[in-house]
Amino acid sequence: MKSRIFTPLFIGFAASLVQSCSKPPEAATKSADQLQGKLVLTGSSTVAPLAAEIAKLYEAEHSGVRIDVQSGGSSRGIADARQGVADVGMVSRSLKDNEKDLQTFTIAKDGISIIVNNANPIKRLTDKQIVDIYTDKINNWKQVGGIDAPITVVNKAEGRSTLELFAEHFKIDTKNIKADVVIGDNEQGIKTVGGNPNAVGYVSIGSGEYAATHQTPIKLLPVEGIAASITNVTNGTFPISRPLNLVTKTTPTGLQKDFIDFARSQQVQDIVKEQYFVPAAQ
Amino acid sequence: MAIASGAIVLLILLFLIWETLPILQIIGLARFFNDPAWHPTSEEFNLVPMLWGTLFVTVGSILIATPIGILSAVFCHYYAPKAIANLYRRAIELLAGIPSVVYGFWGLVVLVPIIGRIHPPGPSLLTGILILTLMILPTITLVADASLASVPSEYLRGCASCGLGRWATVRGVVFPAAKSGLITGVILATGRAIGETMAVLMVCGNVVQTPKDIFEPVRTLTANIALEMAYAVGNHRAALFVTGLVLMVMIIALVIAAELLNKGHIYEQ
Repeated sequence: MKSRIFTPLFIGFAASLVQSCSKPPEAATKSADQLQGKLVLTGSSTVAPLAAEIAKLYEAEHSGVRIDVQSGGSSRGIADARQGVADVGMVSRSLKDNEKDLQTFTIAKDGISIIVNNANPIKRLTDKQIVDIYTDKINNWKQVGGIDAPITVVNKAEGRSTLELFAEHFKIDTKNIKADVVIGDNEQGIKTVGGNPNAVGYVSIGSGEYAATHQTPIKLLPVEGIAASITNVTNGTFPISRPLNLVTKTTPTGLQKDFIDFARSQQVQDIVKEQYFVPAAQ
Repeated sequence: MAIASGAIVLLILLFLIWETLPILQIIGLARFFNDPAWHPTSEEFNLVPMLWGTLFVTVGSILIATPIGILSAVFCHYYAPKAIANLYRRAIELLAGIPSVVYGFWGLVVLVPIIGRIHPPGPSLLTGILILTLMILPTITLVADASLASVPSEYLRGCASCGLGRWATVRGVVFPAAKSGLITGVILATGRAIGETMAVLMVCGNVVQTPKDIFEPVRTLTANIALEMAYAVGNHRAALFVTGLVLMVMIIALVIAAELLNKGHIYEQ
């Protein structure tokens, strides 16, 4: 939503800035002359903020290009790319078999890790135990081999992509989750779990790993025996992760291709990390 | 200026109605009060638990902050030595200047763990009430302080000549004379308490439920908007605008109630 409201504003602002400070047209390079026009991206609300940031950077480098990023869900990304309503679709999952006619370009990966407080003696939880904890069938750490204390279940607000991915992996209906605390962003989750020895929560793996290695008293639990780390998301072994994709109907050309290449390049890695995603392996 | 600010309020109200009209026409206002729960992505839109959340947090903090605020203003004016009164006033002013996110952060890292030790989970209605009390206390105290200062000194001299004691003067003469100012302070504080977002979002737990005791987490209407707006699309987004509209109606009701309570004379001294 943010992108839909702010992108046009930003484009206008950037356009006026760029026009006022760039050199006269004849001084512009030839390649920049060729890349003119408008690019429309629609789809996943997880990818949209990332794509919007990348688009800002791209527009700053190419004065003749306008990029419009609209969110509306992964399925809209697929549909719009297919029908040609959008030049590029944004999809926050692997493509299904019946969607393989589209070209896919992974720009980043998203993973989530289960976190508990450092003071909690628990070393691991099975998937079944996590489901039972989140659906209130287990409500004391004693039942999973910890100390005798009630479990504080930290959940994300409805609509968040981390909640979507969590529920999808553990096959829980979000309606059945019985939370004690509902949080918004990852940072709030980390603070909540860091301040409560009996809390369990989940956050984007990038923010979780950063906090755990920077003096926040939380630890990341392994999932299915695999340690939760950015490295394991990058090499594809960590189970709770998904690719963030750009999709196109045909092999991308011109501006479309240039933008997709840009979104997969080293130049945008900082933006990817800022949004707690994991850069796709090059 | 008055016209401009009035117009802005009207524009905001019109904008809210404009944004909510489609969803209200499709699914109707009743569903926001009769649905089984709040699961906007599965098309369930019950706002009632959050309405209670906002109401409980606001009423709780007003009940605690009003006596403390007014009594501390009385203390400043009629009991404390000048030096202490001035120091105290500066301290309260400082309290008023702290940004709400700082209160929230302090609540999250200090208050929530303390409450959590008394009665888990920690983020709760009680924590919200305590943080809000702290936040609205300066408003009540400073407005009360100003209205006590404007009580004519002849009244006080008259009381002294009648041989009335300090408390008798305050209760019998100062309070009735300063009544409208004191009530204005409480109304301003109520407005701030209803509208507060960041701090309550950080300490209240945000679980959508009608709390059965003060240790249970609650979600307020404002927190609901702030939590979900970033990722909401379609009907979910429209439902958040309905949340805003309900909040606006609540505040309008508050203002009307306050006017009726004072028969339209609250803003006159």
